[in-house]
Amino acid sequence: MSIYAKLAYTLLGLFIVLNWGMLMSATFRKIVARVAGRHGIPFYQPWIDLIKNAGVRTTLSHGFMFYLGPVFRFTGAVGMFLFMPALFGSDMWSNFSFQGDLILLLYFQSFGMLGMAIGAGDGGHPHSTIGISRGLAQHAAIELPMILGVISLAIQYHTLSLNEIIAAQQGGFQHWTIFTNPIAGITLLLAALGAMGHSPFNLVKAPNEIPIGPPTEYHGTYLGVLMSSGAILHVIEAALFMNLLFGGATNWLEYIVKTFLIYFYSVFVGVVFPRFKIEQSVVWFFKIPLALGILAILIYSF
Amino acid sequence: MSELDINDKVNEMLHKSEHNAAAAECFEKTFVRPEDEEREVIAPDGSIIKVNPIYDYFSGKKPTEEKPCGGVVEKFLNWARAESIWVLGFGTGCGSIEIPPLMTPRFDAFRFGVQMRPTPRQSNAFIISGYLSVKTLKRVIRSYEQMPSPKYILALGSCTINGGMYYDSYSTINRLDKYLPVDVYIAGCMPRPEALLAGFMKLKELIKAGKAEKANEYARNFDEYKANQKKIIKDWNMPDYNW
Repeated sequence: MSIYAKLAYTLLGLFIVLNWGMLMSATFRKIVARVAGRHGIPFYQPWIDLIKNAGVRTTLSHGFMFYLGPVFRFTGAVGMFLFMPALFGSDMWSNFSFQGDLILLLYFQSFGMLGMAIGAGDGGHPHSTIGISRGLAQHAAIELPMILGVISLAIQYHTLSLNEIIAAQQGGFQHWTIFTNPIAGITLLLAALGAMGHSPFNLVKAPNEIPIGPPTEYHGTYLGVLMSSGAILHVIEAALFMNLLFGGATNWLEYIVKTFLIYFYSVFVGVVFPRFKIEQSVVWFFKIPLALGILAILIYSF
Repeated sequence: MSELDINDKVNEMLHKSEHNAAAAECFEKTFVRPEDEEREVIAPDGSIIKVNPIYDYFSGKKPTEEKPCGGVVEKFLNWARAESIWVLGFGTGCGSIEIPPLMTPRFDAFRFGVQMRPTPRQSNAFIISGYLSVKTLKRVIRSYEQMPSPKYILALGSCTINGGMYYDSYSTINRLDKYLPVDVYIAGCMPRPEALLAGFMKLKELIKAGKAEKANEYARNFDEYKANQKKIIKDWNMPDYNW
Protein backbone atom coordinates (compact mmCIF):
# COMPACT_ATOMS: atom_id res chain seq x y z
CA MET A 1 0.00 0.00 0.00
CA SER A 2 1.41 3.41 -0.92
CA ILE A 3 2.15 5.92 1.80
CA TYR A 4 -0.54 8.28 0.47
CA ALA A 5 -3.23 5.62 0.65
CA LYS A 6 -2.04 4.78 4.16
CA LEU A 7 -2.23 8.45 5.16
CA ALA A 8 -5.72 8.75 3.68
CA TYR A 9 -6.92 5.71 5.64
CA THR A 10 -5.31 7.00 8.84
CA LEU A 11 -7.03 10.39 8.48
CA LEU A 12 -10.32 8.65 7.75
CA GLY A 13 -9.79 6.58 10.88
CA LEU A 14 -9.12 9.76 12.85
CA PHE A 15 -12.35 11.23 11.51
CA ILE A 16 -14.28 8.11 12.59
CA VAL A 17 -12.67 8.17 16.03
CA LEU A 18 -13.37 11.90 16.49
CA ASN A 19 -17.06 11.47 15.68
CA TRP A 20 -17.36 8.30 17.74
CA GLY A 21 -15.73 10.16 20.65
CA MET A 22 -18.23 13.04 20.37
CA LEU A 23 -21.14 10.60 20.23
CA MET A 24 -19.68 8.75 23.20
CA SER A 25 -19.40 11.92 25.32
CA ALA A 26 -22.98 12.84 24.36
CA THR A 27 -24.10 9.33 25.37
CA PHE A 28 -22.22 9.72 28.64
CA ARG A 29 -24.07 12.94 29.41
CA LYS A 30 -27.34 11.38 28.30
CA ILE A 31 -26.81 8.44 30.69
CA VAL A 32 -25.95 10.77 33.59
CA ALA A 33 -29.12 12.74 32.76
CA ARG A 34 -31.27 9.60 32.67
CA VAL A 35 -29.81 8.50 36.01
CA ALA A 36 -30.91 11.90 37.37
CA GLY A 37 -34.36 11.52 35.78
CA ARG A 38 -33.85 14.10 33.00
CA HIS A 39 -34.07 13.85 29.23
CA GLY A 40 -30.66 15.44 28.85
CA ILE A 41 -29.00 17.01 25.82
CA PRO A 42 -29.84 15.93 22.27
CA PHE A 43 -27.28 13.37 21.03
CA TYR A 44 -25.97 15.86 18.43
CA GLN A 45 -25.25 18.61 21.01
CA PRO A 46 -21.39 18.21 20.97
CA TRP A 47 -21.29 18.93 17.22
CA ILE A 48 -23.42 22.07 17.62
CA ASP A 49 -21.21 23.20 20.51
CA LEU A 50 -18.18 22.72 18.28
CA ILE A 51 -19.70 24.83 15.48
CA LYS A 52 -20.79 27.47 18.00
CA ASN A 53 -17.26 27.64 19.40
CA ALA A 54 -15.88 28.09 15.90
CA GLY A 55 -18.34 30.96 15.44
CA VAL A 56 -17.28 32.94 18.52
CA ARG A 57 -16.10 36.33 17.25
CA THR A 58 -13.86 37.53 20.07
CA THR A 59 -10.50 35.81 20.35
CA LEU A 60 -8.19 36.81 23.16
CA SER A 61 -4.65 35.70 23.66
CA HIS A 62 -2.47 35.59 26.75
CA GLY A 63 0.71 35.23 24.74
CA PHE A 64 2.51 32.62 22.68
CA MET A 65 2.46 29.86 25.30
CA PHE A 66 -1.32 30.21 25.57
CA TYR A 67 -1.67 28.97 21.96
CA LEU A 68 0.52 25.95 22.67
CA GLY A 69 -1.85 24.42 25.25
CA PRO A 70 -4.61 23.26 22.86
CA VAL A 71 -2.05 22.49 20.13
CA PHE A 72 -0.05 20.16 22.42
CA ARG A 73 -3.21 18.57 23.74
CA PHE A 74 -4.42 17.88 20.20
CA THR A 75 -0.98 16.59 19.20
CA GLY A 76 -1.03 14.21 22.18
CA ALA A 77 -4.44 12.85 21.16
CA VAL A 78 -3.64 12.55 17.45
CA GLY A 79 -0.17 11.10 18.23
CA MET A 80 -1.75 8.35 20.30
CA PHE A 81 -4.11 7.55 17.45
CA LEU A 82 -1.41 7.60 14.77
CA PHE A 83 0.93 5.12 16.44
CA MET A 84 -1.69 2.64 17.67
CA PRO A 85 -3.07 -0.01 15.33
CA ALA A 86 -6.78 0.79 14.97
CA LEU A 87 -7.83 -2.63 13.71
CA PHE A 88 -5.72 -5.76 14.16
CA GLY A 89 -4.69 -7.74 11.07
CA SER A 90 -5.78 -5.00 8.67
CA ASP A 91 -3.17 -3.37 6.48
CA MET A 92 -5.46 -0.40 5.84
CA TRP A 93 -6.22 0.43 9.46
CA SER A 94 -2.93 -0.43 11.15
CA ASN A 95 -2.02 3.30 11.11
CA PHE A 96 1.71 3.91 11.74
CA SER A 97 2.26 1.30 14.45
CA PHE A 98 5.74 -0.19 14.65
CA GLN A 99 8.00 -2.24 16.91
CA GLY A 100 8.12 -0.70 20.38
CA ASP A 101 5.19 1.64 19.76
CA LEU A 102 3.93 1.04 23.28
CA ILE A 103 6.66 3.28 24.74
CA LEU A 104 5.73 6.07 22.33
CA LEU A 105 2.05 5.70 23.26
CA LEU A 106 2.81 6.02 26.97
CA TYR A 107 4.86 9.11 26.15
CA PHE A 108 2.04 10.66 24.12
CA GLN A 109 -0.32 10.00 26.99
CA SER A 110 1.64 12.48 29.13
CA PHE A 111 2.34 14.86 26.28
CA GLY A 112 -1.07 16.51 26.19
CA MET A 113 -1.07 17.03 29.94
CA LEU A 114 2.37 18.70 29.80
CA GLY A 115 1.17 20.89 26.94
CA MET A 116 -1.79 22.05 28.96
CA ALA A 117 0.60 22.92 31.78
CA ILE A 118 2.36 25.31 29.40
CA GLY A 119 -0.82 26.88 28.06
CA ALA A 120 -2.88 27.05 31.22
CA GLY A 121 0.03 28.50 33.18
CA ASP A 122 0.17 31.35 30.68
CA GLY A 123 -3.59 31.91 31.00
CA GLY A 124 -2.83 33.36 34.41
CA HIS A 125 -6.02 32.19 36.11
CA PRO A 126 -5.43 30.70 39.58
CA HIS A 127 -7.92 27.88 38.92
CA SER A 128 -5.92 26.79 35.85
CA THR A 129 -2.77 26.54 37.89
CA ILE A 130 -4.48 24.61 40.70
CA GLY A 131 -5.99 22.24 38.13
CA ILE A 132 -2.68 21.67 36.40
CA SER A 133 -0.74 21.01 39.59
CA ARG A 134 -3.40 18.49 40.64
CA GLY A 135 -3.41 16.96 37.17
CA LEU A 136 0.35 16.44 37.11
CA ALA A 137 0.40 15.06 40.67
CA GLN A 138 -2.37 12.60 39.87
CA HIS A 139 -0.76 11.69 36.55
CA ALA A 140 2.48 10.82 38.34
CA ALA A 141 0.51 8.59 40.71
CA ILE A 142 -1.36 6.86 37.84
CA GLU A 143 1.85 6.35 35.89
CA LEU A 144 3.33 4.01 38.50
CA PRO A 145 0.75 1.16 38.46
CA MET A 146 0.23 1.78 34.74
CA ILE A 147 3.90 1.29 33.87
CA LEU A 148 4.22 -1.71 36.21
CA GLY A 149 1.21 -3.32 34.48
CA VAL A 150 2.68 -2.62 31.04
CA ILE A 151 6.10 -3.99 32.06
CA SER A 152 4.39 -7.13 33.34
CA LEU A 153 2.74 -7.52 29.93
CA ALA A 154 6.06 -6.89 28.19
CA ILE A 155 7.71 -9.64 30.27
CA GLN A 156 4.78 -11.98 29.60
CA TYR A 157 4.80 -11.49 25.82
CA HIS A 158 8.52 -10.63 25.37
CA THR A 159 7.68 -7.61 23.29
CA LEU A 160 6.88 -3.88 23.44
CA SER A 161 5.00 -3.93 20.15
CA LEU A 162 1.27 -3.46 20.54
CA ASN A 163 0.64 -5.46 17.35
CA GLU A 164 2.42 -8.50 18.77
CA ILE A 165 0.63 -8.16 22.11
CA ILE A 166 -2.71 -8.17 20.25
CA ALA A 167 -1.57 -11.07 18.04
CA ALA A 168 -0.77 -13.14 21.15
CA GLN A 169 -4.34 -12.64 22.40
CA GLN A 170 -6.12 -13.93 19.28
CA GLY A 171 -8.08 -17.17 19.17
CA GLY A 172 -10.88 -16.65 21.66
CA PHE A 173 -11.59 -14.60 24.74
CA GLN A 174 -9.76 -17.06 27.00
CA HIS A 175 -6.51 -15.80 25.41
CA TRP A 176 -7.14 -12.18 26.39
CA THR A 177 -4.55 -10.74 28.77
CA ILE A 178 -7.24 -10.03 31.36
CA PHE A 179 -7.60 -13.84 31.70
CA THR A 180 -4.00 -14.91 31.07
CA ASN A 181 -2.47 -12.26 33.33
CA PRO A 182 -5.32 -11.14 35.60
CA ILE A 183 -3.15 -9.32 38.16
CA ALA A 184 -1.58 -7.03 35.56
CA GLY A 185 -5.03 -6.72 34.00
CA ILE A 186 -6.63 -5.51 37.22
CA THR A 187 -3.71 -3.13 37.85
CA LEU A 188 -4.17 -1.59 34.40
CA LEU A 189 -7.94 -1.36 34.79
CA LEU A 190 -7.52 0.48 38.10
CA ALA A 191 -5.00 2.81 36.46
CA ALA A 192 -7.50 3.24 33.59
CA LEU A 193 -10.00 4.77 36.02
CA GLY A 194 -7.52 7.55 36.69
CA ALA A 195 -6.43 7.89 33.06
CA MET A 196 -10.05 8.37 31.88
CA GLY A 197 -10.45 11.24 34.33
CA HIS A 198 -14.01 10.59 35.47
CA SER A 199 -15.20 10.82 39.05
CA PRO A 200 -13.74 9.92 41.57
CA PHE A 201 -10.57 11.08 39.77
CA ASN A 202 -12.00 14.18 38.07
CA LEU A 203 -10.31 16.67 40.36
CA VAL A 204 -8.36 18.20 37.46
CA LYS A 205 -11.41 19.92 36.03
CA ALA A 206 -13.43 19.55 39.25
CA PRO A 207 -16.72 21.09 38.09
CA ASN A 208 -18.35 23.24 40.80
CA GLU A 209 -15.08 23.48 42.69
CA ILE A 210 -12.29 25.01 40.61
CA PRO A 211 -14.40 25.79 37.54
CA ILE A 212 -13.19 24.33 35.29
CA GLY A 213 -9.49 23.89 35.96
CA PRO A 214 -6.89 24.13 33.17
CA PRO A 215 -9.20 25.35 30.36
CA THR A 216 -10.68 28.22 32.44
CA GLU A 217 -9.32 30.90 30.10
CA TYR A 218 -9.83 28.98 26.84
CA HIS A 219 -12.76 30.05 24.70
CA GLY A 220 -13.99 29.90 21.13
CA THR A 221 -11.74 28.04 18.74
CA TYR A 222 -9.22 27.14 21.47
CA LEU A 223 -12.00 25.42 23.39
CA GLY A 224 -13.17 23.75 20.17
CA VAL A 225 -9.71 22.23 19.69
CA LEU A 226 -9.66 21.11 23.34
CA MET A 227 -13.13 19.56 22.97
CA SER A 228 -12.14 17.64 19.84
CA SER A 229 -8.93 16.37 21.43
CA GLY A 230 -10.98 15.36 24.48
CA ALA A 231 -13.33 13.39 22.23
CA ILE A 232 -10.41 11.62 20.50
CA LEU A 233 -8.76 10.89 23.86
CA HIS A 234 -11.95 9.27 25.25
CA VAL A 235 -11.84 6.68 22.47
CA ILE A 236 -8.08 6.31 22.23
CA GLU A 237 -7.53 5.72 25.96
CA ALA A 238 -10.25 3.05 25.87
CA ALA A 239 -8.67 1.60 22.71
CA LEU A 240 -5.27 1.36 24.43
CA PHE A 241 -6.71 -0.75 27.24
CA MET A 242 -8.74 -2.72 24.70
CA ASN A 243 -5.53 -3.58 22.83
CA LEU A 244 -3.58 -4.39 25.99
CA LEU A 245 -6.20 -6.45 27.83
CA PHE A 246 -9.17 -7.38 25.66
CA GLY A 247 -7.66 -8.76 22.48
CA GLY A 248 -7.90 -5.65 20.31
CA ALA A 249 -10.46 -5.35 17.52
CA THR A 250 -10.58 -6.86 14.05
CA ASN A 251 -13.42 -4.73 12.67
CA TRP A 252 -14.92 -1.31 13.39
CA LEU A 253 -18.02 -2.76 15.04
CA GLU A 254 -15.90 -4.69 17.52
CA TYR A 255 -13.77 -1.55 18.05
CA ILE A 256 -16.85 0.55 18.80
CA VAL A 257 -18.47 -2.00 21.12
CA LYS A 258 -15.28 -2.68 23.10
CA THR A 259 -14.24 0.97 23.49
CA PHE A 260 -17.80 1.79 24.51
CA LEU A 261 -17.80 -0.87 27.25
CA ILE A 262 -14.36 0.11 28.57
CA TYR A 263 -15.25 3.81 28.57
CA PHE A 264 -18.51 3.14 30.35
CA TYR A 265 -16.83 1.00 32.95
CA SER A 266 -15.12 4.22 34.09
CA VAL A 267 -18.34 6.23 33.68
CA PHE A 268 -20.36 3.86 35.85
CA VAL A 269 -17.69 3.88 38.54
CA GLY A 270 -17.89 7.68 38.33
CA VAL A 271 -21.68 7.76 38.70
CA VAL A 272 -21.40 5.72 41.92
CA PHE A 273 -18.38 7.29 43.65
CA PRO A 274 -17.98 10.96 44.55
CA ARG A 275 -14.83 12.95 43.83
CA PHE A 276 -11.60 12.33 45.73
CA LYS A 277 -9.42 15.09 47.08
CA ILE A 278 -5.93 15.18 45.55
CA GLU A 279 -4.23 13.63 48.58
CA GLN A 280 -6.83 10.83 48.68
CA SER A 281 -6.51 10.17 44.97
CA VAL A 282 -2.69 10.00 44.94
CA VAL A 283 -2.59 7.79 48.05
CA TRP A 284 -5.25 5.51 46.53
CA PHE A 285 -2.98 4.73 43.56
CA PHE A 286 -0.06 4.06 45.89
CA LYS A 287 -2.02 1.40 47.80
CA ILE A 288 -3.78 -1.49 46.03
CA PRO A 289 -2.92 -0.65 42.38
CA LEU A 290 0.77 -0.22 43.21
CA ALA A 291 0.87 -3.43 45.30
CA LEU A 292 -0.87 -5.35 42.51
CA GLY A 293 1.54 -3.87 39.96
CA ILE A 294 4.58 -5.04 41.93
CA LEU A 295 2.97 -8.48 42.37
CA ALA A 296 2.33 -8.66 38.61
CA ILE A 297 6.04 -8.09 37.97
CA LEU A 298 7.19 -10.50 40.70
CA ILE A 299 5.06 -13.35 39.31
CA TYR A 300 6.94 -13.18 36.00
CA SER A 301 10.34 -12.72 37.62
CA PHE A 302 10.46 -16.19 39.12
CA MET B 1 -51.48 57.76 33.33
CA SER B 2 -50.57 54.83 35.54
CA GLU B 3 -47.89 54.97 38.17
CA LEU B 4 -45.59 52.78 36.09
CA ASP B 5 -45.87 55.11 33.10
CA ILE B 6 -44.98 58.08 35.28
CA ASN B 7 -42.07 56.13 36.65
CA ASP B 8 -40.91 55.45 33.11
CA LYS B 9 -41.26 59.08 32.10
CA VAL B 10 -39.33 60.29 35.12
CA ASN B 11 -36.67 57.73 34.47
CA GLU B 12 -36.41 58.80 30.87
CA MET B 13 -36.01 62.43 31.84
CA LEU B 14 -33.43 61.53 34.41
CA HIS B 15 -31.67 59.37 31.84
CA LYS B 16 -31.44 62.27 29.40
CA SER B 17 -30.19 64.81 31.90
CA GLU B 18 -27.69 62.32 33.29
CA HIS B 19 -26.34 61.58 29.85
CA ASN B 20 -25.78 65.22 29.02
CA ALA B 21 -23.78 65.89 32.12
CA ALA B 22 -22.17 62.53 32.46
CA ALA B 23 -19.66 61.61 29.77
CA ALA B 24 -17.31 64.54 30.30
CA GLU B 25 -17.03 64.41 34.08
CA CYS B 26 -17.30 60.79 35.03
CA PHE B 27 -14.23 59.50 33.28
CA GLU B 28 -11.94 61.71 35.32
CA LYS B 29 -13.53 61.24 38.72
CA THR B 30 -13.26 57.48 39.07
CA PHE B 31 -12.31 56.16 42.46
CA VAL B 32 -9.13 54.11 42.77
CA ARG B 33 -7.80 52.73 46.06
CA PRO B 34 -4.49 54.33 47.11
CA GLU B 35 -2.58 51.04 46.79
CA ASP B 36 -3.90 50.60 43.23
CA GLU B 37 -2.93 54.08 42.03
CA GLU B 38 -0.34 54.63 39.36
CA ARG B 39 2.98 55.40 41.07
CA GLU B 40 6.74 55.03 40.94
CA VAL B 41 8.51 52.42 43.07
CA ILE B 42 12.18 51.83 43.72
CA ALA B 43 13.39 48.37 42.71
CA PRO B 44 15.98 46.46 44.82
CA ASP B 45 18.73 47.50 42.38
CA GLY B 46 17.85 51.17 42.85
CA SER B 47 16.13 51.72 39.51
CA ILE B 48 12.78 53.49 39.42
CA ILE B 49 9.87 51.57 37.95
CA LYS B 50 6.43 52.91 37.07
CA VAL B 51 3.61 50.63 38.23
CA ASN B 52 -0.09 50.84 37.50
CA PRO B 53 -1.61 47.88 39.33
CA ILE B 54 -4.97 48.03 37.59
CA TYR B 55 -3.75 48.38 34.01
CA ASP B 56 -0.68 46.15 34.49
CA TYR B 57 -2.97 43.14 34.81
CA PHE B 58 -5.96 44.14 32.71
CA SER B 59 -6.50 45.83 29.43
CA GLY B 60 -8.26 49.16 29.40
CA LYS B 61 -8.77 48.95 25.66
CA LYS B 62 -12.22 49.91 24.46
CA PRO B 63 -14.28 47.18 22.85
CA THR B 64 -14.77 47.40 19.12
CA GLU B 65 -17.75 46.34 17.05
CA GLU B 66 -17.35 42.85 15.66
CA LYS B 67 -19.50 42.82 12.56
CA PRO B 68 -21.33 39.62 11.60
CA CYS B 69 -19.88 38.08 8.45
CA GLY B 70 -23.33 37.87 6.85
CA GLY B 71 -24.76 35.53 4.26
CA VAL B 72 -25.37 31.81 4.58
CA VAL B 73 -22.36 31.30 6.88
CA GLU B 74 -23.74 33.78 9.42
CA LYS B 75 -27.18 32.11 9.26
CA PHE B 76 -25.58 28.73 9.89
CA LEU B 77 -23.49 30.07 12.78
CA ASN B 78 -26.55 31.83 14.22
CA TRP B 79 -28.43 28.54 14.14
CA ALA B 80 -25.57 26.89 16.06
CA ARG B 81 -25.44 29.81 18.52
CA ALA B 82 -29.17 29.53 19.13
CA GLU B 83 -29.00 25.79 19.72
CA SER B 84 -26.03 26.02 22.07
CA ILE B 85 -26.61 28.72 24.68
CA TRP B 86 -24.00 28.58 27.41
CA VAL B 87 -25.14 30.46 30.48
CA LEU B 88 -22.71 31.92 32.97
CA GLY B 89 -23.26 30.35 36.38
CA PHE B 90 -23.56 33.60 38.29
CA GLY B 91 -26.67 34.10 40.39
CA THR B 92 -26.94 37.85 40.80
CA GLY B 93 -30.10 38.10 42.89
CA CYS B 94 -33.00 36.19 44.43
CA GLY B 95 -34.09 35.02 40.97
CA SER B 96 -31.18 32.62 40.78
CA ILE B 97 -33.28 30.27 42.92
CA GLU B 98 -35.24 29.60 39.71
CA ILE B 99 -32.14 28.28 37.92
CA PRO B 100 -31.80 24.91 39.76
CA PRO B 101 -35.37 23.81 38.87
CA LEU B 102 -34.72 25.02 35.33
CA MET B 103 -31.77 22.66 34.90
CA THR B 104 -33.09 19.69 36.93
CA PRO B 105 -35.65 16.99 35.97
CA ARG B 106 -38.86 19.01 36.06
CA PHE B 107 -37.94 21.61 33.43
CA ASP B 108 -34.59 20.30 32.10
CA ALA B 109 -33.35 23.17 29.93
CA PHE B 110 -30.55 20.91 28.61
CA ARG B 111 -33.16 19.62 26.12
CA PHE B 112 -33.02 22.98 24.36
CA GLY B 113 -29.26 23.29 24.22
CA VAL B 114 -29.09 25.52 27.32
CA GLN B 115 -26.07 24.61 29.46
CA MET B 116 -24.32 26.24 32.40
CA ARG B 117 -20.66 27.22 32.10
CA PRO B 118 -18.51 28.10 35.09
CA THR B 119 -16.35 30.77 33.45
CA PRO B 120 -17.29 33.96 31.59
CA ARG B 121 -14.74 33.13 28.85
CA GLN B 122 -16.84 30.19 27.76
CA SER B 123 -20.32 31.61 28.27
CA ASN B 124 -22.41 33.59 25.85
CA ALA B 125 -25.54 34.27 27.88
CA PHE B 126 -25.91 36.06 31.17
CA ILE B 127 -29.05 35.75 33.28
CA ILE B 128 -29.45 38.81 35.49
CA SER B 129 -31.62 37.10 38.03
CA GLY B 130 -33.70 39.73 39.69
CA TYR B 131 -32.65 42.74 41.75
CA LEU B 132 -29.14 43.97 41.19
CA SER B 133 -27.35 45.73 44.02
CA VAL B 134 -24.70 48.26 43.07
CA LYS B 135 -22.04 46.02 44.56
CA THR B 136 -23.15 43.11 42.37
CA LEU B 137 -23.50 45.35 39.32
CA LYS B 138 -19.75 45.98 39.47
CA ARG B 139 -19.08 42.22 39.35
CA VAL B 140 -21.69 41.75 36.64
CA ILE B 141 -20.00 44.38 34.47
CA ARG B 142 -16.61 42.73 34.94
CA SER B 143 -18.01 39.31 34.07
CA TYR B 144 -20.02 40.59 31.11
CA GLU B 145 -17.03 42.32 29.60
CA GLN B 146 -14.94 39.15 29.86
CA MET B 147 -17.45 37.16 27.84
CA PRO B 148 -16.56 36.76 24.18
CA SER B 149 -18.90 38.27 21.59
CA PRO B 150 -21.62 37.46 20.54
CA LYS B 151 -23.13 37.57 24.02
CA TYR B 152 -26.66 37.96 25.28
CA ILE B 153 -28.32 39.22 28.46
CA LEU B 154 -31.61 37.88 29.78
CA ALA B 155 -33.06 40.15 32.43
CA LEU B 156 -35.18 38.22 34.87
CA GLY B 157 -37.97 39.71 36.94
CA SER B 158 -39.50 43.16 37.25
CA CYS B 159 -36.55 44.42 39.32
CA THR B 160 -34.45 44.65 36.17
CA ILE B 161 -37.17 46.60 34.36
CA ASN B 162 -38.11 49.32 36.85
CA GLY B 163 -36.71 48.28 40.21
CA GLY B 164 -39.73 46.18 41.13
CA MET B 165 -40.37 45.99 44.87
CA TYR B 166 -36.93 47.50 45.48
CA TYR B 167 -37.67 50.61 43.38
CA ASP B 168 -36.75 52.96 46.25
CA SER B 169 -33.92 50.94 47.75
CA TYR B 170 -30.68 52.77 48.47
CA SER B 171 -28.53 49.91 47.22
CA THR B 172 -30.17 48.52 44.07
CA ILE B 173 -30.41 49.81 40.52
CA ASN B 174 -33.79 50.34 38.91
CA ARG B 175 -33.23 50.05 35.17
CA LEU B 176 -30.72 47.51 33.98
CA ASP B 177 -30.57 48.72 30.37
CA LYS B 178 -28.95 51.96 31.51
CA TYR B 179 -25.87 49.97 32.47
CA LEU B 180 -25.83 46.93 30.21
CA PRO B 181 -27.64 46.11 26.94
CA VAL B 182 -30.52 43.65 27.49
CA ASP B 183 -31.68 41.21 24.82
CA VAL B 184 -34.73 39.69 26.46
CA TYR B 185 -36.78 40.77 29.48
CA ILE B 186 -38.67 38.10 31.40
CA ALA B 187 -41.26 39.89 33.50
CA GLY B 188 -42.68 38.65 36.79
CA CYS B 189 -41.84 38.50 40.46
CA MET B 190 -40.51 35.85 40.38
CA PRO B 191 -40.96 34.47 36.86
CA ARG B 192 -41.34 30.69 37.04
CA PRO B 193 -38.98 28.41 35.14
CA GLU B 194 -41.61 28.11 32.36
CA ALA B 195 -41.30 31.85 31.83
CA LEU B 196 -37.52 31.50 31.73
CA LEU B 197 -37.84 28.76 29.12
CA ALA B 198 -40.13 31.03 27.11
CA GLY B 199 -37.44 33.72 27.43
CA PHE B 200 -34.84 31.33 26.08
CA MET B 201 -37.12 30.50 23.13
CA LYS B 202 -37.51 34.23 22.42
CA LEU B 203 -33.73 34.63 22.60
CA LYS B 204 -33.32 31.74 20.15
CA GLU B 205 -35.72 33.44 17.74
CA LEU B 206 -33.76 36.70 18.00
CA ILE B 207 -30.42 34.95 17.45
CA LYS B 208 -31.70 33.01 14.45
CA ALA B 209 -33.10 36.22 12.95
CA GLY B 210 -29.71 37.88 13.44
CA LYS B 211 -31.21 40.49 15.80
CA ALA B 212 -29.27 39.58 18.96
CA GLU B 213 -26.36 41.95 18.33
CA LYS B 214 -26.39 43.77 21.66
CA ALA B 215 -22.67 43.15 22.23
CA ASN B 216 -22.03 45.43 19.26
CA GLU B 217 -24.51 47.96 20.62
CA TYR B 218 -22.54 47.98 23.87
CA ALA B 219 -19.35 48.65 21.94
CA ARG B 220 -21.03 51.36 19.88
CA ASN B 221 -22.46 53.20 22.89
CA PHE B 222 -19.58 52.32 25.17
CA ASP B 223 -18.97 55.84 26.49
CA GLU B 224 -22.60 56.32 27.44
CA TYR B 225 -22.82 52.97 29.23
CA LYS B 226 -19.53 53.61 31.04
CA ALA B 227 -20.65 57.06 32.17
CA ASN B 228 -23.87 55.58 33.59
CA GLN B 229 -21.97 52.79 35.33
CA LYS B 230 -19.47 55.18 36.88
CA LYS B 231 -22.25 57.42 38.07
CA ILE B 232 -23.63 54.71 40.30
CA ILE B 233 -20.55 52.66 41.22
CA LYS B 234 -18.68 54.79 43.72
CA ASP B 235 -15.73 52.50 44.49
CA TRP B 236 -14.83 51.98 40.83
CA ASN B 237 -11.26 50.75 41.36
CA MET B 238 -11.05 48.70 38.17
CA PRO B 239 -9.98 49.30 34.59
CA ASP B 240 -12.49 50.90 32.25
CA TYR B 241 -12.69 47.74 30.25
CA ASN B 242 -12.08 44.31 31.74
CA TRP B 243 -10.81 41.99 29.02
